Amino acid sequence: MGKKRKVPQMNASSSADIAFMLLIFFLITTSMDTDQGLPRRLPPPVPKDQKKNEALDIKKRNLLVVLINSNNQVLCGTDYIDIKNLKDKVKEFIDNPNNDPSLPEKVEVDVPFFGKQMVTKNHVISLQNDRGTQYAAYISVQNELVRAYNELRDGISKKKFGKAFADLNDDQQTAVQMIYKQNISEAEPKNYGGAKK
Amino acid sequence: MGKFSKAGGREMPELNTSSLPDLVFAFLFFIMMVTTIREVTLKVEFHAPAATELQKLEKKSLVTFLYIGKPTQEYVAKMGSETRLQLNDKFAEVSEIQDYIAQEKSSMKEEDQPYMTVSIKADKDTKMGVITDVKQALREAYALKISYSARKAQN
Repeated sequence: MGKKRKVPQMNASSSADIAFMLLIFFLITTSMDTDQGLPRRLPPPVPKDQKKNEALDIKKRNLLVVLINSNNQVLCGTDYIDIKNLKDKVKEFIDNPNNDPSLPEKVEVDVPFFGKQMVTKNHVISLQNDRGTQYAAYISVQNELVRAYNELRDGISKKKFGKAFADLNDDQQTAVQMIYKQNISEAEPKNYGGAKK
Repeated sequence: MGKFSKAGGREMPELNTSSLPDLVFAFLFFIMMVTTIREVTLKVEFHAPAATELQKLEKKSLVTFLYIGKPTQEYVAKMGSETRLQLNDKFAEVSEIQDYIAQEKSSMKEEDQPYMTVSIKADKDTKMGVITDVKQALREAYALKISYSARKAQN
């Protein structure tokens, strides 16, 4: 018995397979679907003792009312409008390229990277809906509004930095956001056009 | 020279794979940490509306979900076919939202509380009346960051 004997090693080659199986199991079962959506900020609650009409201190030219009735028809300003045309109308309203007196007034704002800019700073898009409006219609209108902003921001980003808005760094993004500030107000609920609950 | 090139004298050294399971386990734990398993059994049916300008919700641990839709088949008998609200695992009324939000908020870290986001997952045929009520309740509860959940539209 002079020979040395090796201690038999445990065969660990299959434990890799076991670990892989566990890994694959978890990869499949965990919900990796990232939730996507349209982010919005709600206004803080109105204090109970405050009168309702106090907040309505907006000049008429700065206000664009988008209204969706219970039949999902869209009223933009004073006319019924097809949802496909809504984006361009909103873009024109936000940008006011020709300094039209019926469109939002322009205020001079000092923006980093851009210098002094004439900006429609006080514009407000007021989105109103009926209690009977379909949610999908509401979302598609919201989507068009956001798209109008995104296209304007992309346009100016391309012109100034040669990149899309999403590819800019944080400082540049805030600068662009200062020029096209997103002002969508989701109004206090009201009833329009014979709501059926 | 022949001394060194003796055929069959030595075995080809095997690649040491004993650390491979450890590597895979480390990866496994990483995956288990970053994914949150949300075990919510949906009691309402919803098909999210489609949109194009979507943004991803950043931190999943800061997101609270509200489901709005019609009850699924098995609950129709009990709850009727009217649009209902689901908080976590149970049906709820709009008036219960405030308590629920307060409860969710208190379970978060204090520095995270302002970043709390409520994701509204509503069916596309829901009437806006319900959504408006929910929005008002969220405002009262100071959960001001919301996100309308939607899926990517195919163009």
